[in-house]
Amino acid sequence: MAVTDTGQTEVSTKRPSRLFKNIAAKIAAIPMIFTALVVFVGCTLWTIYHSFTRSRLLPAPDKWVGLDNYERLWSENRWLISIENLAIYGLCSLVLSLTIGFVLAALLDRKIRFENTIRTIILYPFALSFVVTGLAWQWILNPELGLQNTVRNIGWESFTFDPLNNADIVIYGVLIAGIWQGSGFVMVLLLAGMRGIDEDVWKASRVEGIPAWKTYIFIVIPMMRPVFVTALVIISAGIIKVYDLVVAQTSGGPGIASEVPAKYVIEKMFQAQNLGLGFAASTMMLLSVLVVLIPWAYLEFGGKKNG
Amino acid sequence: MTYSVEIKQLDLAFGAVKVLQGLDLNVSEGEFLVLLGSSGCGKSTLLNCIAGLLEITDGQIFIKGKNVTWAEPSERGIGMVFQSYALYPQMTVKGNLSFGLKNAKIPKNEIEKRVARAAEILQIGPLLDRKPGALSGGQRQRVAIGRALVRDVDVFLFDEPLSNLDAKLRVDLRVELKRLHNQLQNTMIYVTHDQVEAMTLADRIAVMKGGAIMQLGSPDEIYNKPRNLYVADFIGSPSMNFVEGHLEGGLFKVDDMVLPMDGYVFAAPQTADRLATIGIRPEHVVTGELVPNAPLQFNVDVDLVEPMGSDTLVYAKLGQHPFRIRMDGQASVKVGETISIGVDPSRASLFDTATEDRL
Repeated sequence: MAVTDTGQTEVSTKRPSRLFKNIAAKIAAIPMIFTALVVFVGCTLWTIYHSFTRSRLLPAPDKWVGLDNYERLWSENRWLISIENLAIYGLCSLVLSLTIGFVLAALLDRKIRFENTIRTIILYPFALSFVVTGLAWQWILNPELGLQNTVRNIGWESFTFDPLNNADIVIYGVLIAGIWQGSGFVMVLLLAGMRGIDEDVWKASRVEGIPAWKTYIFIVIPMMRPVFVTALVIISAGIIKVYDLVVAQTSGGPGIASEVPAKYVIEKMFQAQNLGLGFAASTMMLLSVLVVLIPWAYLEFGGKKNG
Repeated sequence: MTYSVEIKQLDLAFGAVKVLQGLDLNVSEGEFLVLLGSSGCGKSTLLNCIAGLLEITDGQIFIKGKNVTWAEPSERGIGMVFQSYALYPQMTVKGNLSFGLKNAKIPKNEIEKRVARAAEILQIGPLLDRKPGALSGGQRQRVAIGRALVRDVDVFLFDEPLSNLDAKLRVDLRVELKRLHNQLQNTMIYVTHDQVEAMTLADRIAVMKGGAIMQLGSPDEIYNKPRNLYVADFIGSPSMNFVEGHLEGGLFKVDDMVLPMDGYVFAAPQTADRLATIGIRPEHVVTGELVPNAPLQFNVDVDLVEPMGSDTLVYAKLGQHPFRIRMDGQASVKVGETISIGVDPSRASLFDTATEDRL
């Protein structure tokens, strides 16, 4: 409260209402808050409700069937395979893209020549859509056209590498494409985090004679925790919703060997005309995300209040 | 005699840019040497070369008589303290102190002993289980010093260690550093841009400019007998007054004044007449009743007065030349007044205007 000597300035004695503070910013945020509430919260609740109904082509909120959809879902082989595939794809893709991304970032961080060129090349796959990536890797992994044929032509006649035709390992074929596309982005994220680390920390560890790999593991990685969390969230979101890659690369085949939950949901909802089952599957996907997210959020944000 | 640190003909170039050229420097055992200069003068670069953090282009570096030119930083027997502390944030203070030692496979009880000793010397015992984030700036810097201390090395390198601290803390830690040096008697090389730190801490100061050492000498020499105009101008706050004139047969002539330079010790006997610059420190000017005793006396017109509590800074005009005078804090001087001042030529400095070197 400014008080002038002359007393001519009128000074309000009441504290201004907090509601009107930054009013412009609040108005600007309203559409997004509205969208978030209606689309995310509202539609999620709507979906969960309808997963307990016998909705077919159209939503049927009055045909309540309880857990029927869920029972059917978990007895279906295709769903079980989808879940198993997602687990394999998710775990491997999380671990590998973080590891590969970090190693690439650490290599680029060593003040090498042509850094910008190399970084651009590695990041390029990220600019492609999953459909293009899937198609390209479908060709590369095609035994008649791609890798296997090339190696055989060089002279290694017995070389066999055809994951897309082998139901046991087809998900790893999808995994290769997914990592090829995603690790460049992880690298760029982690590289930015590494650049944010004080140069003097590196100097200090060199003076103490700590080898570079130890510095990375014991000092740099713990310091980069926030960047890792960001990368983790982005990768995880990509894993849960993986759909177009599978559609373009294998169409879920051979047979149903490379089905994933997102594909299952889409097909049940829009092709099999069984909204109820699709909603039940998507509710299960949401549940699986929450199972991972809630303990993490509790550890990350809940601990600070006590500590 | 072997020096603690010996630098011979050191060259450092980044591509075509020559940062340090033909630099020689010897540091004696137990000496506190300060590298002083404004930013970009190459002082931190030189320190990084000594530490081995920068690969030098040419020349040799010896530490304790051993050629370490191509040795890794950890093999040079140095400890280093950085401006930004460079602590490992996710480790406790104890972890910070012991991480390097554990890595060097030093036995556990020896590590305990060294950490305890460092903690005692630096008074950080109660902080050992805290993380750097929970420490104040001064405490962090103490831990950083401790990390150099536990390495049990002969040479300590400090890269502007106090620059990130606030003014009061800086003074406190400066005193502590001096005490630490008295206690440990290690060789210390200290980089700073703060001349007060340099003057108070150093056994010898190396004033640097443009990758070269302008003057290397005791704080007293640097202050009283600056070797060139740059050093004279850089050291001292407020900086030295410079007046350009002619030196003719031992007389300094400026405008219509003739100043006999009786008592001034010339670096070399002066024969030729030349353009010269006289430098007089504001604090070496006497005023009031001391003026009649001074060998040279002038009248100056007061332009501006800056009272600073402990003393008063007077901006005046000597003829056409601006002239700063440092007076007692009690002195009452008013703007527009004409006051008489006295100067002792033996405390002044004379420089060749063309070469900028001391005469």
